[in-house]
Amino acid sequence: MRRKFNIGIFFGRFFLYLFLIVLAVICFTPFYIMIINATRSTQAINLGVSLIPGKAIVENYRTMISTLPIWKGFLNSVTIAVPSTILSAYFGALTAYGFSKFRFKGNKFLFWVVLGTMMIPTQLGIVGYFQLTVKLHLINTYWALILPSIATAATVFFIKMYIDANIDPALIEAARVDGSSEFRTFNRIVLPIAFPAVATMSILNFIYSWNNYLTPLVLLFDQNKYTLPIFITLVKGQFKQNLGAQYLAVAIAVVPILIAFTIFSKYIIGGITAGSLKE
Amino acid sequence: MRRFSIRTSNYGYLFILPFFITFLVLQLYPILYTFFLSFTGLSTADPHGSFVGISNYVKLFTDKFFLQSIINTWRIWIINFIPQLIFAIGLAAILTRDKIVGRGLFRGVYFLPNLVTAASVGILFNVLLGWKEGTINNILVALKIIPEAGKIHFLASPLWISSSVSIILWWMWFGHSMILFMAAMVAVPKDYYDAAAVDGANAWSSFWKITVPQIRPIMVYVLITSLIGGLNNFDIPFVMGEGQDLGGGGPVKSILTMVMHLYNMAFTGGRQRGYAAAIAFALFIMVLVFSLIIFRTVARGGRDTEKEIKGV
Repeated sequence: MRRKFNIGIFFGRFFLYLFLIVLAVICFTPFYIMIINATRSTQAINLGVSLIPGKAIVENYRTMISTLPIWKGFLNSVTIAVPSTILSAYFGALTAYGFSKFRFKGNKFLFWVVLGTMMIPTQLGIVGYFQLTVKLHLINTYWALILPSIATAATVFFIKMYIDANIDPALIEAARVDGSSEFRTFNRIVLPIAFPAVATMSILNFIYSWNNYLTPLVLLFDQNKYTLPIFITLVKGQFKQNLGAQYLAVAIAVVPILIAFTIFSKYIIGGITAGSLKE
Repeated sequence: MRRFSIRTSNYGYLFILPFFITFLVLQLYPILYTFFLSFTGLSTADPHGSFVGISNYVKLFTDKFFLQSIINTWRIWIINFIPQLIFAIGLAAILTRDKIVGRGLFRGVYFLPNLVTAASVGILFNVLLGWKEGTINNILVALKIIPEAGKIHFLASPLWISSSVSIILWWMWFGHSMILFMAAMVAVPKDYYDAAAVDGANAWSSFWKITVPQIRPIMVYVLITSLIGGLNNFDIPFVMGEGQDLGGGGPVKSILTMVMHLYNMAFTGGRQRGYAAAIAFALFIMVLVFSLIIFRTVARGGRDTEKEIKGV
């Protein structure tokens, strides 16, 4: 087959790729500059843009760590995000299994309720939730941030779809015949099979908890208990004169997410897409 | 299937029970309680929250910061959303249909900003957008777009800071929406395009006649979720506007959003939680009304188009 060189198509393709690449640069450059500037001195940053790292990273780190307990914030965020993720994964799977493989009165209706809760933003009830946590003595504790994860609607929805498609009722019936209790069947048979779906949602839930800003800002008073995002926002007031330290603090908060994304991007994108295809 | 289901149906309730207890106590109850509080004067001055009827709701109409925050919130959302939708649909079409080398990589990079903590993004851009020392100004000077003396004071100008917030939101969300549209476009049966090609349709007309009607359900989903997120906008404008004027909100309160105002009322100063509860419900009603409008117009429009296609 002889292919004729078409100049119009060639330019079309050229500009298409140019556009895609420019857009990719726009998406990535702020992070790149953040990492580079984290290693440069404030004077160097003031003088202009650089695409190669500087030598001031140790100095920036010393300045930052002297006033900003960033690793404390890191640890606090992990302390909240890990149990939240585990609770939403386990109870999400439990709820999904209940909806998927049991027929009971109100199953459909209650599942619609679950879907409906996905549309309600946390901000709506934040004043009432604050007052409730005061009454329950959960204010200024991590419990107030962790416990609501038991009811994560998107997780239920995603895992239910997976269980619907991948677990044969005959398998559960066989377990019953063998004398396995319902609860044991869930833990020993259903949970391992549903693991890919549970893992996908867990990555998303972890990131969601990690990024959460408003609720911890409202519910935590002790600086000792602050999460990473709250600490990061403090850099604005603390190092007005030291830009390198500011960039470094933000970089420490952001780089783990960039790494997590490069490892898990396939699952993350899969998890995001599934939520929208429920119609 | 039915045989075993009947036997063990009660276990179903047991399995979904923890979810619903948590939902009722920690999610639904706080919302209803907030609704109740919106009729009280709960605040530092009135710690027991005496009943005040609808006066909190009446006050909303005379609160100039609240009215300003409505305008700000909508402006920031719309200026971000229109280009977001255009880029998302356009890119989704390019990446699903044209044979692009490095398709997965582009998809990943466009989506990346979405995952990063919004509060950190706010701080990052707060430094990048600095005036004399800001990196974005330095880049603009280096590219000779602006002269050295003409550096833009992004964070001090109401117009620039508000546009910046919109652009940051566009940057964070166009890749996310694009991924949803890509999933919808991949699901369109290839036969439709083949049939259209046989009938002599070009890429442009088959995009409008086939792709757009087919992705309408996702369009409704993206519109409504973006509207909900946009009207509840808090993290980025809060972080960027903090420390400016009294109670934050940027120069002349140009990026004070509704949820920021709610936060300021409920958790700073006189702790006017009754009034803040009324703000929350006013916001909720706004979200509900506009979601219904979107649902009615865009979703119903879709049904008409389908009829047209079938009619032909």
